[in-house]
Amino acid sequence: MTLHVHDLTCARGGLPVLEGVSFTLAPGEALILRGPNGCGKTTLLRTIAGLQPSIAGEIEAPSDSIAYAAHADGIKAVLSVTENLQFWAETFGTASVEAAIDQMNLRALATRPAQTLSAGQKRRLGLARLLVTGRPIWALDEPTVSLDTDSVALFAGVVRAHLEQGGMALIATHINLGLPEAHVLDLSAYKARLPEEGAGGFDEAFL
Amino acid sequence: MRALLLRDLRLALRAGGGFGLGLAFFLILAVLVPLGVGPEPDTLALIAPGILWVGALLACLLSLDRIFALDFEDGSLDLLATAPVPLEAVVSIKALAHWITTGLPLVLVSPVLGLLLFLPAEAYGWLILSLLLGTPALSVIGSFGAALTVGLKRGGLLLSLLVLPLYIPTLVFGAEVVSRGTQGLTVGTPLALLAGITAGAVALLPFASALVLRINLR
Repeated sequence: MTLHVHDLTCARGGLPVLEGVSFTLAPGEALILRGPNGCGKTTLLRTIAGLQPSIAGEIEAPSDSIAYAAHADGIKAVLSVTENLQFWAETFGTASVEAAIDQMNLRALATRPAQTLSAGQKRRLGLARLLVTGRPIWALDEPTVSLDTDSVALFAGVVRAHLEQGGMALIATHINLGLPEAHVLDLSAYKARLPEEGAGGFDEAFL
Repeated sequence: MRALLLRDLRLALRAGGGFGLGLAFFLILAVLVPLGVGPEPDTLALIAPGILWVGALLACLLSLDRIFALDFEDGSLDLLATAPVPLEAVVSIKALAHWITTGLPLVLVSPVLGLLLFLPAEAYGWLILSLLLGTPALSVIGSFGAALTVGLKRGGLLLSLLVLPLYIPTLVFGAEVVSRGTQGLTVGTPLALLAGITAGAVALLPFASALVLRINLR
């Protein structure tokens, strides 16, 4: 079980933003994606998660193995913390949400409606969802936004525990997560050259 | 799948879920028409099937943009698209949840509103039957329109313009079933066409909806 990305080119809005991205992620490994705003971190993660097609290159991963966490947490405001997690646990076919609630320090908030949570608490709930998916490869897009330093440390501990169980993590972030063992990939080295005018063809404007 | 259906029903029923919106609109329409048209029972009985069908259709239209827009905004749709559930099933379940919270209540209250419009006694059975057969098509066709417009801010106008032409066959045959049934004529043809439209929409449109959702999520 490895995630193998080979010579990948991905596009946003019809224009290539990254080309020639290659890396391999083995069980127990984490890869931190770095690069300036707009360099294509989110695009790369969405492509690997299967939400958009790549232009060229290959992504080799076992099917249904990637859990994706975006900027938006997919939280329903009128459902409680437990109900939100329960829904994702049932959708992904895993049994219990209790462990995830404890690991992300949500026990005291378990029965609160999600609309009463603060931004950082919502983030913790969004990250707890990763634990209930039961999937080995985590693709995380700026997971620490609005988390305080204690919660960042808590989250780093959760990622480390996931890696120790043979999981993998692909994390786009700007801050130091406190995961010294993780490899770092600077995406600014893979910036795509803009195609020549009109190379995309007429249809491209409508896709 | 069951979890998604239960979640959608729960969200619709809780505060701010918009469960009563279509129902209230249907009620208001049926109460206002006698006031506007005048109280003559003969006139009202003549237009009642058409009014009830138009009312049901517009009430359905009112809540369509919520089907995918809310899940798109909070990121749930991205997460559902990466979940181990086919997107075609997600679309079908969400259309079913929309029908249970919008179409089914309309079917259930339609006899009461028929009373307000002096609907003839023999028409009630046909009204309930035609709405029961026709409203699932409204939800499924509507979910296709909602999938097409999901990425757009304030896509409600475009959604209505896209969906209304597709609703017309259902409206024509649905109202035809009720008026022919009331006059004691044979209803086989419009009833078969109404059921056929629903069966076709339920069988084919989820695939189209899932495809346009995937394109809109890119």
